[in-house]
Amino acid sequence: MNEKRHLLREAFVHTIPVMTGYLFLGFAFGVFLESKGYGWPWALLMSVFIYAGSMQFVTVDLLAGAASLIGAAIMTLMVNARHLFYGIAMLDEFRDVGRKKPYMIFSLTDETFSLFCALKEPPGPDRKRLLLFIALLDQLYWVLGSVVGSVFGSIWHIPSEGIDFVMTALFTVIYLDRWKAEADHTASILGVVISVLCLLVFGPSGFVIPAMLSITAVFLLLRGRLEKGRDAQ
Amino acid sequence: MTELHGLLLIGVVAAVTILIRSAPFLLFPADKPTPGWVLYLGQMLPSAVIGMLIVYCLRGATPLAFPYGIPEGAALLTVVLLHLWKRNTLLSIAGGTVFYMLLVQLVF
Repeated sequence: MNEKRHLLREAFVHTIPVMTGYLFLGFAFGVFLESKGYGWPWALLMSVFIYAGSMQFVTVDLLAGAASLIGAAIMTLMVNARHLFYGIAMLDEFRDVGRKKPYMIFSLTDETFSLFCALKEPPGPDRKRLLLFIALLDQLYWVLGSVVGSVFGSIWHIPSEGIDFVMTALFTVIYLDRWKAEADHTASILGVVISVLCLLVFGPSGFVIPAMLSITAVFLLLRGRLEKGRDAQ
Repeated sequence: MTELHGLLLIGVVAAVTILIRSAPFLLFPADKPTPGWVLYLGQMLPSAVIGMLIVYCLRGATPLAFPYGIPEGAALLTVVLLHLWKRNTLLSIAGGTVFYMLLVQLVF
């Protein structure tokens, strides 16, 4: 028991950066959701069952715009497609986690994934416990932040016009961080250029699906050239 | 929008998210190699999708009519400059968002 508490404390130390981010972004999400007329039970529901930061912001947009269920499913597929590749990277890590496995898979967000990648604990039962504690703590921060934000937003009526921009700012920061980390910017540039072209052609309400299909098609067509470029570095 | 539709919408988003997160474990058993084109798309798509999401967020801006996309452009520039300067995620997001809120509430 004592050992478990020690592991929990170690997990907590690992999660401090994510705690700051999740409390803040969760709070912003709660305020944003509340500004569209959805109170804290909605924030709780979404943070417990969806638990995907970027997609929850997009979901507020879908809720407020009364999007169709099929449209929501397609949007989710596209926004969260990147999680496929976190799963691929964790196939080996999660192989023997036993009963924890369904929750470990469900809770694999961008940030939790990045903490798992940075974890130095040697393989064994302690490492598996650490993984679980990190995953649980991260979701706890997110749920807490979003509910507190929602309650705060409803009590203290913040003049919230323009808070939607928190989503734009979040994606811009992620984009800049990826830009700095990558040796080849082709994917980042093509993503923006193709999306702008599709926006001009298809208009604001219908450009996302054509954009995503075009991006995938262009990448597959250019695979020979782009992969060679990657290897050359 | 009815409450039921809202609940269904959240259910759909949650279900698709779980499906995506568990698909690799169902599709690619750990003992078999993952196809090359899947790994390739896995490297390329994330950056491109983030770029698309920025465009998605800005889709409502009107560069040809008042306010000519000025609040969006100015706030976006603030985020980029703050981030290049301090590279502090929370500062960049908070700074850009507060600036945008001030612009749309007080100026435009």
